[in-house]
Amino acid sequence: MDLANLLSNYEEAVAMILFGIGFSNLLLQKNLIKKIIGLNIMDTAMYLFLALKGYIEGHKAPIVVDGVQSVEAYINPIPSGLVLTGIVVSVSVSALMLSLTIRLYRRYHTLDLDEITTRLKKEGL
Amino acid sequence: MSKKVPKKAYEQTFSYRVKRWLDGAKDPYLDVVEMKPQPEFKESRVVSEEQKEEKKHLRERIYDTEHNAELRIFRKIYHIFCVMFCVFLMFMLLTAVSYLPTVGHEDRPANNEVSERYIESGLQETGAVNIVTGMILDYRAFDTLGESHVLFVATCTVLILLRLDGKKGRNAVGMEPENDRTFEPKDDVILQTVARILVPPIVIFGIYVILCGHLGPGGGFSGGAIIGAGLILYLNAFGFAKTERFFKASTYKKLSFTALACYTFSKCYSFYTGANHIESVIPLGTPGAILSSGLILVLNICVGIVVAGTMYTFYVMFRKGAY
Amino acid sequence: MALVQNLPFLSILLSLFAGPLSSIISGKKAKWVNLFVITVVGIMSAAVLAFVLRSGEPYVYMMGHFPAPWGNEIRVGVLEASMALFFCIIMFLCMIGGSLERMLEIEESKENLYYVMVNLLLCSLLALIYTNDLFTAYVFVEINTISACGLIMIRQNGRTIEAATRYMIMSLLGSGLFLLGVCFLYDLTGHLLMSNIQESVRALHESGKYHVPLLVTISLMSVGLAIKSALYPFHAWLPDAYGYSTLSSAAILSSLVSKGYIFLLIKIFYRVIGFDIIRDSKVINVLFIFGIVGMIMGSVDAIQESNVRRMIAYSSVAQIGYIYMGLGLGTTAGVLASVFHIVSHAATKSLLFVAASGLTDASGGSTDFFDLTGAGYRNKVAGVAFTVGSLSMVGIPMFAGFISKLMFAQAGVESNHKMLLTLVALAISTVLNAVYFMKTVIRIYTPEKREVLAKKNFRRITAADQPAKTVALVCFVVLNLVLGIASEPIVKLFGQGLSMFS
Repeated sequence: MDLANLLSNYEEAVAMILFGIGFSNLLLQKNLIKKIIGLNIMDTAMYLFLALKGYIEGHKAPIVVDGVQSVEAYINPIPSGLVLTGIVVSVSVSALMLSLTIRLYRRYHTLDLDEITTRLKKEGL
Repeated sequence: MSKKVPKKAYEQTFSYRVKRWLDGAKDPYLDVVEMKPQPEFKESRVVSEEQKEEKKHLRERIYDTEHNAELRIFRKIYHIFCVMFCVFLMFMLLTAVSYLPTVGHEDRPANNEVSERYIESGLQETGAVNIVTGMILDYRAFDTLGESHVLFVATCTVLILLRLDGKKGRNAVGMEPENDRTFEPKDDVILQTVARILVPPIVIFGIYVILCGHLGPGGGFSGGAIIGAGLILYLNAFGFAKTERFFKASTYKKLSFTALACYTFSKCYSFYTGANHIESVIPLGTPGAILSSGLILVLNICVGIVVAGTMYTFYVMFRKGAY
Repeated sequence: MALVQNLPFLSILLSLFAGPLSSIISGKKAKWVNLFVITVVGIMSAAVLAFVLRSGEPYVYMMGHFPAPWGNEIRVGVLEASMALFFCIIMFLCMIGGSLERMLEIEESKENLYYVMVNLLLCSLLALIYTNDLFTAYVFVEINTISACGLIMIRQNGRTIEAATRYMIMSLLGSGLFLLGVCFLYDLTGHLLMSNIQESVRALHESGKYHVPLLVTISLMSVGLAIKSALYPFHAWLPDAYGYSTLSSAAILSSLVSKGYIFLLIKIFYRVIGFDIIRDSKVINVLFIFGIVGMIMGSVDAIQESNVRRMIAYSSVAQIGYIYMGLGLGTTAGVLASVFHIVSHAATKSLLFVAASGLTDASGGSTDFFDLTGAGYRNKVAGVAFTVGSLSMVGIPMFAGFISKLMFAQAGVESNHKMLLTLVALAISTVLNAVYFMKTVIRIYTPEKREVLAKKNFRRITAADQPAKTVALVCFVVLNLVLGIASEPIVKLFGQGLSMFS
């Protein structure tokens, strides 16, 4: 574990810690709404991690200004495009999970997924 | 044709002797062995019903969360294992990150000939001043095509789950949307005044962001989200009666189908001409003008329409369940 | 470039276009559009397969005006075209077999949305098979997940919505891990096209640089895809999702959706990282152990079930364990056995689901085990089909399952360290499979007592009562026998495809 490199890569380390927090929330929380919040934290941490891949110190955003087109002036544009795709995917799955939660609440009047599962197991279908 | 032989004749035949040997009735060493008749296996329906009742009682006792202490202990142990797994995962990821190339340096493996060509020839090959827009809508257009359809399929699932359709049709559930205007203040003066002032600039700003996606920061996704936000503000201030004048259920269906079909056909043309090395007839124009960069402007408009309609549909489905 | 070479891209775009088209037309027309699209895509895949077999080498198709690392591309070889053809055949038969249930269980106003899901599922499967770019694979994996969730919950009773929620949670965990693996790989190599990544990874492996992140990346991607395809510890959502959704959904989910992810995993092993590097890292040993545990525990859980559809769903868990065991062996013969088992399991599992639904129709709609007594006499076609499916699952010669078990055993014997464990696990799980499948077959052919029949009044179903389902069952049985008897050319086809896969 290369500690010096870890400290200089501190943004990526923070992204990984946020990813771990989001992952554990998605897995371990009982309340469905908190699980969805955990999912969003996990996705946001991933975008932070991906956006850092393109950053080069001292260079500007990749929009051509004054006809300057050399590699020295702009950051890497590929990760920004990937993050755009990822954000749309995250919005779509959050909407889907939220509508599933609304339907479950209307029927069982609880937001606790474990309790719903136990209730169904007791009926033993 | 078989006929029943009398018992005495049967005992002389070869098959009777084989059967007796198989049953063990006449053993070569022990000679004749006395056989007790075996009881027939009768499966009793009563016994199986009793077994099912027993299993049901057992299940109710086991999953009785309040009183079952073992279930609580099992859940605690499961919880501890999951926490340990998550901590292990985080530790492993931090170890991996510590060996990665440094953030912000110039000589990383990611800065190679791929990004070089995008920056140096992006303007000439795609016609877009914004290199990222040129990349996602021209170089890597297949990914964006898939991504718009992710948004579309998520909208379809939300419609399946939350749209209330009334009583007609086969297998209809028959729930009517309830009147949710009773829960909020009607015709709020502040909200309506501010909405009257703000909604037109919001929509115009959204259209500007979509149209100038290839000239500066922006594009279909951000512009569509801004227009969607404007529509939601209008709905909140003035109520469903006013929005249903121009945005009905069929509006959304037709808009999204037209936009996605237009997108698919333009990409079909573009991929076909590209793979078969035919020159595309669409002109690239002068960089910096609005009508430039080939198909990118059309694609931005299509994506913007889809995203705006989707944002508005999500809001309406979550709130009322019908347009 | 010949016209035939455009067909894979046209098939992806045709099924993609059929999605929004189905959302504006009515349910009945959407059904015919769906069947038409599946047929056309199947014919196109057959034409592509003939072309690639004649030319003998794979070709690359540029998606756009720019060549490989700057633009997208798809790559077509023998294995991809034959997989696409098989998936189309099986999806067609599943949709025909489940048409009666769809009419009875789905609300009429939402029927066209179901066909949107099926079309987009077909499109995402084709894109996963043909793609040569890692980020495109991620986007289409997400389309696959969301449409599979839509397929599960179209029936909208309490159990399917709870099953859909648990499926989405596990699937999103898997997607998150997979995307993280893709990000790491991009950072280490700088490319997103699979062939370019392979060169860079080989150079990194030889120089020994970035050793730890490469290992972490491989395990993240494998674990992510394993979670999504329901490997043993992550299978909790599977019985509820398959057991309670509508029939064509259950058949399509069990045969096609998990297999798409496994095919992507095989593609990553061969084309992105290189199979010898995978073998050197010890990741496939973990997959092997989980596969073996899944084989045994899946069957043990199936024996205790008294609902026939959940029993078939647990048997799916065991079969996916077989496929991971084959991958975990680490030899080409093992991967070939896994690929053949993907096809044979897809054919057999959908046959079992459709036949079980025919049997429950003849028992008053109840899926309880005891109500199925004598159902083989009340619905002859479904009884014969269920027997064929069970014999194939157990591994009786002349059926498809025997060939896959034979290939697994041969692959196990060839590998040095894992031979004993493989053969013992194969033997135990065959016996366990026989216990619950043969128990059901015997029960459906035991005549029911007269007084119980008079009380419950089950009706007899002849072949003419349910024409669509009968046609589907007959075609499935024929497919199974073809795979079992004429397996030699098919295995050679897959072997040829696998050799040009990397």
